[in-house]
Amino acid sequence: MSVPTHRRRFAAIALASVAVLATATACGDDSSDSGKSDGPVTLVVDVFGDQGFGYDELYKQYEAEHPNVKIQERGKGLGLGDYNTRLTQQITAGSGAGDVVALEEGTIVQFYAQADRFVNLADHGANDLKGNFLPWKWEQGTTPDGKVLGLGTDVGSMALCYRSDLFKAAGLPTDREQVAALWPTWDQFIATGQKFAAADKKHKFVDSATNFYNVVLMQIAGQGTGYTYYDKSNKLVIDQNPDVKSAYDLTTKMIAAGLSNNLQSFSNEWNAGFKNGTFATIACPAWMTGVIKGQAGDAAAGKWDIAKAPGNGGNWGGSFLGVPKSSKHQKEAAALAKFLTSAKGQTEAFKKVGNLPSSPQALADPAVVDSTNDYFSKAPVGKIFAAGASDLKPVYLGPKNNAVRTAVENTLRAVEQGKSADEQWQAALKNGAAAGK
Amino acid sequence: MSLDLHAAAPPDHARGGRPAHRRRTSFTRLDLKYSPYLYVLPFFVIFAVFSAYPIAYTVWIALTDRSPLNATISFVGLDNFVELITDDPQFWNAVVNTFGMFVLSTVPQLMLALVLANALNRKLRAQTFFRMAIAMPIITSTAVVALIFSMLYAKDFGLVNWALDTIGVDPIDWRANRFASWFAISTMVDWRWVGYNALIYLAAMQSISKDMYEAAALDGASRRRQFWSITIPQLRPTIIFTLIISTIGGLQLFTEPLLFTSGSGGLSGGSEGQFQTITMYLLDVMNQRFRWGYAGAVALVLFLLIALMSTVNYLLARRISSDK
Repeated sequence: MSVPTHRRRFAAIALASVAVLATATACGDDSSDSGKSDGPVTLVVDVFGDQGFGYDELYKQYEAEHPNVKIQERGKGLGLGDYNTRLTQQITAGSGAGDVVALEEGTIVQFYAQADRFVNLADHGANDLKGNFLPWKWEQGTTPDGKVLGLGTDVGSMALCYRSDLFKAAGLPTDREQVAALWPTWDQFIATGQKFAAADKKHKFVDSATNFYNVVLMQIAGQGTGYTYYDKSNKLVIDQNPDVKSAYDLTTKMIAAGLSNNLQSFSNEWNAGFKNGTFATIACPAWMTGVIKGQAGDAAAGKWDIAKAPGNGGNWGGSFLGVPKSSKHQKEAAALAKFLTSAKGQTEAFKKVGNLPSSPQALADPAVVDSTNDYFSKAPVGKIFAAGASDLKPVYLGPKNNAVRTAVENTLRAVEQGKSADEQWQAALKNGAAAGK
Repeated sequence: MSLDLHAAAPPDHARGGRPAHRRRTSFTRLDLKYSPYLYVLPFFVIFAVFSAYPIAYTVWIALTDRSPLNATISFVGLDNFVELITDDPQFWNAVVNTFGMFVLSTVPQLMLALVLANALNRKLRAQTFFRMAIAMPIITSTAVVALIFSMLYAKDFGLVNWALDTIGVDPIDWRANRFASWFAISTMVDWRWVGYNALIYLAAMQSISKDMYEAAALDGASRRRQFWSITIPQLRPTIIFTLIISTIGGLQLFTEPLLFTSGSGGLSGGSEGQFQTITMYLLDVMNQRFRWGYAGAVALVLFLLIALMSTVNYLLARRISSDK
């Protein structure tokens, strides 16, 4: 009699544990939040990058104005590559993504194909906001068939950051106007670098070939074809686009002149390069100022300055905010995205991390235009970056832009390591084509 | 009366108690029959969810062009495999790298482990200390090992290049040169796994009967002769085990080469894919190029390669030690 009871109890326990196991996998989601708008709502915002997007103050303000909304941010410190991999999986799986997600310029095109997994922000009145964004930025955030996938946050714009103390020691001018006058073109930039290298054997002129290349490519393509590796019909044209070849040749010329510090961008060595001050200049989209400040730290405050970049204008980087359909609070999420990308929100982010607004109103705001950056020797960052932003021409980036870009960047690293530039260009064509397949 | 009762009792008992009794016995029978299955069920549920289903799905996806960039999934048959085998130099580059690093790390690793185990098997002062010490690397995280070794092998301020400099050797760019990168990564792998294998060998050595050594010693066999003629043949099953485990681990080499570079493009394994392994290529294809179907094909070919290599190793190991 007692044996069966025991058995039965065991069986019951075993059954219960199986049931628990089955339900544990089934209810991973916290369903306590209802879809109703009047109940308390927690919105998750996904961002990337070492500095994040500089939204902390804006969250507080928004929460104060909307007592039923709580905001939680994820992703600060995550590199763009890792962030995008995760986001792609979450969007494809239809769960796990935040209520508001950041989409980067180079990757948003990839999500055009999955536009039906995002809320069309036009349904939430986004079309009324069209005038709040630079026309080309608005266009990038909209799919070819007119769905509003994301609202623009920032644009890269372009300048050159340089170490004025190293320039001084090398006998070069340090005043930002005079420095800009040294390099009206990229060829003159390289010539200046050779002068620097002759005077200073300890430091290199440029951080890495790849940063240089990306900036040059985006600038040349902006004024030329308007696209890079993919044409506007998403055909891989890396071997036909003269802009890619021009930028590549200019970069290998820079490497051959011995100007590159050969640091892999965003690597530990690159970060150490900022701290140890091993290079004198770096191509500087507006968001890069935040990176420099974060990596070089207080010790280098006042040593860096910003001058106009060689050539004419150009843009690299910048992001958008979108709302995945998997969000349970699409209405609230769309409202938050609109708030964060408003002219006021963009101005606030600019003050925090230096991301240049994509809103013409914010770009005209004295808080942006007249702003100076103490870290960069009180450089008038507003003027320098905003000047080029409004008449920028957009560059179209194809769906697998990042994969192709990585393949091409790798061949430039091989040139830095001493391989032949001609052979590596052939490798860039071959590997780029394989990556874009 | 009492007789009556007695006579009446059985049917009464049977009538009144039968349903309950029967329920109990049938439940007991069910219980005996099925509860063992229930007890092992959790494992199989987890196995099905996390192993069987993914494997089946990998086979399916490898036959399609699945990608988050494609709105539809179409069946492409063996196209992915054909492309992978006939028209993908990057994949074959990854295969060469993986095997190169596998040989470069596994051979010295197992040799060293054998020698170490043999040394530790003798009577030593502070024996426990040494045995503990060789096991320490196992408890460190692979990521930490990779990060620290990456610093040691840094091009500009690395300890290894500094040491080479003091003996008059030019600094080496460990990530640019294919063989140098293989060597560097192999040292990471070996630092971590030599101790583990040595402990396994040591345990096996201690179970070898002392009589054999005594008999051999009486016959005048040197220590070296004893090692080759007694220890190695007796360790045969253990050597096969470590070989297979090392093969599986070696062909799936991932963390060390990935963390050997930091920053953008880590999955590329060097500027020219000098140290890109198959698993890195797999992720490159999946997460950078978004060719999920093709990545499935890479995973299956990797599986076949591991199975093949394990078999070859097994046959080789069996031959080597049955010679004696």
